[in-house]
Amino acid sequence: MPVTQTDEIALRAGAGGTGAVPAGSVATSADLAGLDALDRADDRLPGRRRAVWSSLWPKLAAIGLSLAIWQGVVWSGWKPHYVLPGPGPVLGVLWGMMADGTLAEATVNTMIRAVSGFAVAVVIGVAVGSLVARVPLLRTALGSLITGVQTMPSIAWFPLAILLFQLTERAILFVVVLGAAPAVANGLIAGADQIPPVLLRAGRVLGARGFAAWRHVVLPASLPSFVGGLKQGWAFAWRSLMAGELLVVIAEKPSIGSVLQVRRSLADAEGLIATMIVILAIGVVVDALVFGRLERAVLRRWGLAADRR
Amino acid sequence: MAPTTTILSPAISLQLVTKRYGRGHRQVTALDGIELDVRPGELLCVVGASGCGKSTLLNLVAGLDEPTSGRVAVAGRTALMFQESALFPWLTAAGNIDLALKLRGVPRAERRARVDELLATVHLAGFGHKRPHELSGGMRQRVALARAFAQDADVLLMDEPFGALDAMTRDILHDELERLWRERDLTVLFVTHNVREAVRLGDRVMVLSSRPGRVTAVLDVPLARPRRIEEAEVGELAASVTARLREEVRRHAGDADR
Repeated sequence: MPVTQTDEIALRAGAGGTGAVPAGSVATSADLAGLDALDRADDRLPGRRRAVWSSLWPKLAAIGLSLAIWQGVVWSGWKPHYVLPGPGPVLGVLWGMMADGTLAEATVNTMIRAVSGFAVAVVIGVAVGSLVARVPLLRTALGSLITGVQTMPSIAWFPLAILLFQLTERAILFVVVLGAAPAVANGLIAGADQIPPVLLRAGRVLGARGFAAWRHVVLPASLPSFVGGLKQGWAFAWRSLMAGELLVVIAEKPSIGSVLQVRRSLADAEGLIATMIVILAIGVVVDALVFGRLERAVLRRWGLAADRR
Repeated sequence: MAPTTTILSPAISLQLVTKRYGRGHRQVTALDGIELDVRPGELLCVVGASGCGKSTLLNLVAGLDEPTSGRVAVAGRTALMFQESALFPWLTAAGNIDLALKLRGVPRAERRARVDELLATVHLAGFGHKRPHELSGGMRQRVALARAFAQDADVLLMDEPFGALDAMTRDILHDELERLWRERDLTVLFVTHNVREAVRLGDRVMVLSSRPGRVTAVLDVPLARPRRIEEAEVGELAASVTARLREEVRRHAGDADR
């Protein structure tokens, strides 16, 4: 059995060269430095411009393909042009709406609602999620209820919201918050559930108890899942908001939803589709630029993201 | 090793410690009547096959768990190191060490210098800004070691800390551990399933039986330090310990059918 080790002895003697001082610290530190250099993952990153392009072109190609299919359907003559206009006229109308300022005002109003509603949802979601994750009794009582509220279609809340708050901003806010808060809370709860037990043990060994354990271990450890919850919460908030703006049209306060509603009543198919494109674009842009970046930053920092190279 | 006099009270003392989990017929006895005194400044290795309650033993000594019966006494503070480094991935190497100091109540003004000093102790000066996933397994374990030192413990508990490392890295870390143990006058309780490692490092080696975990033997390692894991004497002693362990494992050969 001991014979297998002879190679290592020779290797050590050659590398260390410490002669009479076998466990010498000098040799050890040189050995360690060598191993460290060999072992560590290479942390060079590919060129930034190249990375941007390689993630951009498939998206551009997909947009081009969608436009082509759309145009194809229009050319097939399936529906008359006044019902289903082609991309050309729609993009023309979209440009016009952007130029004359109607879209800008509507977008500002809508985004104010979206951001404030989402902010309230985050505060409530974090508060509820933290409590439920920490208190087992609350968890048994409320855990499945939160998921239930999350699966409830937001449009189903509107009759009640309108009864409670009439056709006001608060009715919209109510539904947006109910749509987004459960996702945020669930993200936090799931995150706290998935913390590797060894990290919790390590925290206890280091003396983190009670609030310190929460602040230094549980909260940061559940952050990746929490960011996922935020992202999902945003999607729910945006959906609820669009449903709300279609139903609750407030006079002299144009919003993206109300623009959509007006175009529908005027049977203006081009304006309608142009507005839908705006809704889609805002959803995608916020998701990618805000939450996508946040998520990537967190995953990279936590060492959870696969190195893209 | 260090001249131990009988006057010194033990650093770790286990008296008839028993730990059971569960209730009724599902009850499992992890540890059964463990008697052990670890002398101050001693490096004691615990070896045993799977299911011998090695980790339970460390949890009890670390105060993470209570014995079902018996008494556990530890003189001074304990620090515990795991097989996985258990570093917090959201903190840098320096941040992990800093948090240990912070939780111990070391003022901010002193922490920075202490962190640098501890990183240098484990030969990682200049790597403080790296995150755990950017470091190799051996480096992570050294950061974990530095973090354990940051707790300023008198008793260092190690749960197969080098089990996941390659042979060469493990060898070097044995030298490192031996050096730091001497310099810092620590008491170390080192759990491993690797008998050679136990003989290489320990002043004494305790052999635990499996299910329930009982002390089968406590052997002195009369070999002079510094030792090498590839030394013939280490191999011979390890072979005799392994023989005892095998006997122990064979006793359970029928268990799998039940």
